[in-house]
Amino acid sequence: MSKQVVSLNRVVIRFAGDSGDGMQLTGDRFTSDTAGLGNDLSTLPDFPAEIRAPAGTIGGVSAFQLAFADHDITTPGDAPNVLVAMNPAALKANLKDLPRGADIIVNTDEFTKRNLEKVGYAANPIEDGTLEPYNVHAIALTSQTVEALKGFDLTKKEAERSKNMYALGLLSWLYSRPAEGTRAFLERKFASKPTILAANLAAFEAGWSFGETTEAFSVQYEVSPAPLPAGTYRNITGNPALAYGLIAASQRSGLPLFLGSYPITPASDILHELAKNHRFGIMTFQAEDEIAGIGSAIGAAYGGALAVTTTSGPGVALKSEAIGLAVSLELPLIIVDVQRGGPSTGLPTKTEQSDLLQAMFGRNGESPVPVIAPQSPSDCFHAAIEAARIAVTYRTPVFLLSDGYLANGSEPWLVPTVDDLPVIDPGFATGPNDVTADGTEVFKPYKRDPETLARPWAVPGTKGLEHRIGGLEKADGTGAISYDPENHDLMVRLRQAKVDAIADSIPGLWVDDPTGDAEVLVLGWGSTYGPIGAACEITRRTGVKVAQAHLRHLNPFPSDTGDVLRRYRRVLVPEMNLGQLSMLLRAKYLVDVQGINQVRGMPFKSTELVAAITAAVSSLQGGHLPAGDLHATNA
Amino acid sequence: MTDTYPALSLVPKTQIPVTAKDFKSDQEVRWCPGCGDYSILSNVQSFLPELGLARENIVFISGIGCSSRFPYYMNTFGMHSIHGRAPAIATGLAISRPDLSIWVITGDGDSLSIGGNHLIHALRRNVNLKILLFNNRIYGLTKGQYSPTSEQGKITKSTPEGSLDYAFNPVSLALGAEATFVARTIDSDRKHMTEVLRRAAAHEGAALVEIYQNCNIFNDGAWEPLKDNDTRDDTLIRLSDGEPIRFGRDGEKGVARLADGHLKVVDVAEVGEDAILRHDSTAKDPGLAFALSRLANPRTLTNTPIGVFRDISRPSYDRLVREQLAEVVAAKGSGDLQSLLTGGDTWTVA
Repeated sequence: MSKQVVSLNRVVIRFAGDSGDGMQLTGDRFTSDTAGLGNDLSTLPDFPAEIRAPAGTIGGVSAFQLAFADHDITTPGDAPNVLVAMNPAALKANLKDLPRGADIIVNTDEFTKRNLEKVGYAANPIEDGTLEPYNVHAIALTSQTVEALKGFDLTKKEAERSKNMYALGLLSWLYSRPAEGTRAFLERKFASKPTILAANLAAFEAGWSFGETTEAFSVQYEVSPAPLPAGTYRNITGNPALAYGLIAASQRSGLPLFLGSYPITPASDILHELAKNHRFGIMTFQAEDEIAGIGSAIGAAYGGALAVTTTSGPGVALKSEAIGLAVSLELPLIIVDVQRGGPSTGLPTKTEQSDLLQAMFGRNGESPVPVIAPQSPSDCFHAAIEAARIAVTYRTPVFLLSDGYLANGSEPWLVPTVDDLPVIDPGFATGPNDVTADGTEVFKPYKRDPETLARPWAVPGTKGLEHRIGGLEKADGTGAISYDPENHDLMVRLRQAKVDAIADSIPGLWVDDPTGDAEVLVLGWGSTYGPIGAACEITRRTGVKVAQAHLRHLNPFPSDTGDVLRRYRRVLVPEMNLGQLSMLLRAKYLVDVQGINQVRGMPFKSTELVAAITAAVSSLQGGHLPAGDLHATNA
Repeated sequence: MTDTYPALSLVPKTQIPVTAKDFKSDQEVRWCPGCGDYSILSNVQSFLPELGLARENIVFISGIGCSSRFPYYMNTFGMHSIHGRAPAIATGLAISRPDLSIWVITGDGDSLSIGGNHLIHALRRNVNLKILLFNNRIYGLTKGQYSPTSEQGKITKSTPEGSLDYAFNPVSLALGAEATFVARTIDSDRKHMTEVLRRAAAHEGAALVEIYQNCNIFNDGAWEPLKDNDTRDDTLIRLSDGEPIRFGRDGEKGVARLADGHLKVVDVAEVGEDAILRHDSTAKDPGLAFALSRLANPRTLTNTPIGVFRDISRPSYDRLVREQLAEVVAAKGSGDLQSLLTGGDTWTVA
């Protein structure tokens, strides 16, 4: 039976269920099949910190949102067009995000009296009119799955576990997704468990057939491929992309990769990904604590490895003293901070950008460290290579500030060609670099390259270059311990000048000002790139002029940053913190930027930013804009 | 040389003969006159030529404290790092550089207080590090507070009414962490220290050498009963492999095992020589070594054993890392970056 097929430009689906319902897997599978179809897409997993929170509670709801389109998109969408709610908790937790008229697919089997009470529903919302504004498809997903698996040698509980595949089959039919990818995936995953494999395949097919035959769905949808630049694509999330970037930097520099790390959410997947790739000769060391993670990396850097430590905010706090040592030793080191909500343990699985000032200033003494940030999941790859370039070229620790949204979110990625990636020259010291008055050749471990101000990287095992380094202040040139006031003043300034000099090696600030005469600039950093870009696009469609700029390098800033800021009458800075970049910009350039600040553990919604941008533009045209920072409001 | 030190087989040998003088750096030594650190420095500088290693392949890594200035005085590669973290830093270097002979210099505060965690983990992993722990039972560089090895009741600036902490016994701690090599020596006994260093250098994996060291400024005489001519024979037990554990001026005292397994100091004449325990540092089970480490009285120092408590064979962590990587490459082949980036699930846009 064929149904009417309706073409859509863009769809946002949110899968939501209990932590144990397999929603992340369902979302991942739907994403893969959507990627294979050539749509542009963006995803946002959102799950609790607890591995299995109490079943059926709001706190235990795990969700996966996916936007896909026939055009270029940069965000996972503000509001879902479709919510799949596997239980009352999932419905209740997500209903507030749905626009009127959205489709809701509910699993009626879970709407029992007990489950309703658990989340505070006095009556069944499917029946009491609560869902009146929506297009509800009430389906007994669990019992239909069990019914479909009747002939299998499975307990009822085992059969019920396949309900996520039933739901995936239904959604795959509804949006005309190919089924081959999911079939192949299941065959790989359950290769050694033929019964479970057959059951999952059968549940998937049953969900698909149900969509085809039921009168609950009168139409089927399709979304055409997006016109992306030609090439080979894959879908990728931020953490693996970052790990690949590190491996690429290792290969392109010829330096062995060493990771010293302690498990922490949401950074652990980088450790896992690198550990999976030992065939590249990568040394992955799971240390006894965060400090040993960075300590071992400093030791490996001293020995001539491309050394990395990965963590999240609380781990950075523990590593601070060791980062200061790396600043003093002037050794290459990459510190990856996948930011999460803080302070303290904060929100381990939620995103935030609140470690910028910690990265900039979270150490004793004058301790400058370069900071860079990726702007999208796949950009984590290129940002990691850039972090390695700066670390190796300038002999310095470098902060790479990712965040929870980038780490777990995904997007299509035009797979780069290895030969096109930058080459990094380690430039190890091999012999004496100075001559004394009497003509003796000597090695001075702190004699600097005149251009980069970097010191030599002389690794143990290099004959004739034996020397001692440490955290005590060193004499300029020789590196011997020095308590001389003038020397300390000089060394502090040299270390700062070296980091400042990195600005000479980076491009100018990226600005997108299509008409060239916008008066309002929206400047972001890190993962806000997508929502800001989408907001600017939407704003421009209404005839309003607005420019977008985005910072990859946070320390040092690109040389022209001040000039760019001063070109605009108003500069808005959206951040998932209380104004950390704003503070840096105001302090450095004396430009009164206005922050748009949110710390809700979730990325900005474009519509919220549109409202703020529109208000800023209209204020310049005679409208009124309140003084101080702006608050993005729920649109 | 290779035969004497199989554990150092991956470290390049020196092409020219070297002497103690070659290991002295151009830095002026700045410990207090009379400090026990001087003799340790001199002993290490005198001993190292014996290993026959290329000087540039020897690395000293220290933490913070008086003893941790040590690397500055060695004409090798060296790093004076941060408080307590030297074992962690050295671990990263050891994993990535099997061609180095790596020595960690630390003190009782550095390794047992702020850095306790790194010490026990380096020991349990059996990282190829030689850790020299200078124990003077006091914080010297911060001018005289009690340390984790200070005897209970210690009067210091920070404990005017006496310290309340129960002390660590570093040898017991290391044995508890199942370190594969644990020894103790004394700063003033050059011959004994050299012998212990020799055995530590020959050991594959982590070697902990506790060195009783005198701080003549803040804790002078802390180890005096073990050094004084009149008392040392009756307090000091010299462990020697294969030999009965006997001490006293005429060897009249010995260590025997009781029926319940405990060790006891006995009169040899009374129990007979056959009842005296023979020392075996290679025993797989660390139980007896641990019992020996508990014999000493932490206050009076009576019955204090020195020498090698434990020296067993277990592959070093860094060797296991290298072997595992080699196995992965042998099984799967070397990684190909382009195929990694491309992955298994792609689509093409024309």
